[in-house]
Amino acid sequence: MAEKTFQVIADTGIHARPATLLVQTASRYNSEVSLEYKGKTVNLKSIMGVMSLGIGKGADIKIIAEGSDADDALNSLEELLKKEGLAE
Amino acid sequence: MAFLNGIAASNGIAIAKAYRLVEPDLSFDKTTIENPSAEVERFRNAIAKAKSELEVIRDRAKVDLGPDKAAIFEAHLLVLSDPELNSPIEDKIQAEKVNAESALKETADMFVMMFEQMDNEYMKERAADIRDVTKRVLAHLLGVQLPNPSMIAEEVIIVSEDLTPSDTAQLNRQFVKGFTTNIGGRTSHSAIMARSLEIPAVVGTKSATEEINNGDLVIVDGLKGEVHINPTPELVAEYRNVHEQFEKQKAEWAKLINEPSVSADGHHVELVANIGTPKDLKGVIENGGEGVGLYRTEFLYMGRDQMPSEEEQFEAYKAVLEGMAGKPVVVRTLDIGGDKELPYLNLPKEMNPFLGFRAIRLCLEEQDIFRTQLRALLRASNYGNLKIMFPMIATLGEFRDAKAILEEEKQKLVAEGQTVSDHIELGIMVEIPSTAVLADQFAKEVDFFSIGTNDLIQYTMAADRMNQRVSYLYQPYSPSILRLVKMVIDAAHAEGKWAGMCGEMAGDETAIPLLLGLGLDEFSMSATSILKARSLIKNLKKSDMEKLAQEVINMQTTDQVIAAVNAAVK
Repeated sequence: MAEKTFQVIADTGIHARPATLLVQTASRYNSEVSLEYKGKTVNLKSIMGVMSLGIGKGADIKIIAEGSDADDALNSLEELLKKEGLAE
Repeated sequence: MAFLNGIAASNGIAIAKAYRLVEPDLSFDKTTIENPSAEVERFRNAIAKAKSELEVIRDRAKVDLGPDKAAIFEAHLLVLSDPELNSPIEDKIQAEKVNAESALKETADMFVMMFEQMDNEYMKERAADIRDVTKRVLAHLLGVQLPNPSMIAEEVIIVSEDLTPSDTAQLNRQFVKGFTTNIGGRTSHSAIMARSLEIPAVVGTKSATEEINNGDLVIVDGLKGEVHINPTPELVAEYRNVHEQFEKQKAEWAKLINEPSVSADGHHVELVANIGTPKDLKGVIENGGEGVGLYRTEFLYMGRDQMPSEEEQFEAYKAVLEGMAGKPVVVRTLDIGGDKELPYLNLPKEMNPFLGFRAIRLCLEEQDIFRTQLRALLRASNYGNLKIMFPMIATLGEFRDAKAILEEEKQKLVAEGQTVSDHIELGIMVEIPSTAVLADQFAKEVDFFSIGTNDLIQYTMAADRMNQRVSYLYQPYSPSILRLVKMVIDAAHAEGKWAGMCGEMAGDETAIPLLLGLGLDEFSMSATSILKARSLIKNLKKSDMEKLAQEVINMQTTDQVIAAVNAAVK
């Protein structure tokens, strides 16, 4: 299992486009990937799950990956968050 | 054959097969099924079909509209693959032995409700996305075809209840020859769009979607406001003739492209165009526009999920200024609110949006948005003849505040070492009666006025222009409106300033003689109306029109005014 905490820095938070990118990336891996925010955990391969959290700027989020390619999944998600200026 | 009457919204004749942009019947019964595994298979099949359909639409949108607008379809595709949506549906089919339609609907409704209950406008909008996607899958389950306007590949006439901006964004200009709608008037979005696309249109037919079937041959007569359904061959021949005459007339007008706009007695006015995006410049130039009298910047902000950056705006403004090559370009700062919403601003719903928090009121409060736009405009000012105007100004205080913010941003840019033009004229839209009445005071401080008649008329008559039942009060030729227009023009001239008009009225054949007589300096209209207006003005004497204007100002009713103009001009 791999997990890491980030802080959202994008002005718009995790809205449509960022959410789309996150879900697309997570879906490429076999591991179960989930997203935790304010005590709620959702499937990071579910666009509706991610959007339902309504994550805004400044939010602390945790990404948890569990499975054979957990480390890879977490690494590419981290890369995406940073490349897109979404979180740090 | 059948016949419908409507409002002529955009000139010309179109003859083609009907394409209904109308939702098919998606009703179904909840049933119990024998073989749940087969039903799950049927559900997966529908999902797969919906996916491949959406992929085609997405790819098409990428090419036609750009990756920004295609992003919404990317999100829709993810909803189709969402395990949190699909697993509960499949579980429901297996456990409750219900048909896929009802399992889908019940599960999706739950999500729709969840999103709708969120206290964030943006999230509420997502409910619409889920509904949209569910509808597509449902259509496949029921074996009916949803309209896919972006997939049209032959010449058609669009038939719909109304056309929203997002509908029109999906239409392929190459194949859409005309359209007709049930609702709307000359100033509704669909009508404005038709004129900017130069597509004949008849709106407000009340029953086009009921009378017209897919594939019916339809004639849209955008000159008279008539729609003919499955016409006789004789009528088609007649209309081909009218079409040819109209094209000839247009060719005649086209000779005036490079002519100045001068009345028969030598008075010069400016005929300029209303535009929404840099793409509209082509039409302005082809129709001999002497500039841009209204650049509606809202479109930069609409149909996306976040604000356009300063850089993005700068590029758009620069493109327009360069495209007009030194001719005047009047840019209206953001006019959002009213009937134009931006979901990502999360503004609360209002009881009276037209009287509410919109345009300059919003910009003075949400200054980040306003300052970003002003910076982009100031930076672009180096590339042409920029004039800036503020919308919905009701008091001098608002104008002064807006001007002060502009000055601050200008100073900042100069301090950063950027060059900004020193010759930017600063004006206001006159669309609120209080401003028209106080125009003499405003004229001391502004460089120009542009009269926005669409709103000025609705505020003066206290009649919502989106409300069909009070549409009889939309009376541009009412002596009351003409008096306000006269006050504004006279006030400008008394201070050596100029007055323009950028509402629909400026391009109207009945209004033009009066406006010429009242001394209007600049007429801003749909690009396609410019040559016709120029040809009209060439045949009018300003001195005669001054007398006419003086007479009608003292008339009692709109009908009297119309009769007087017809008698004087024809």
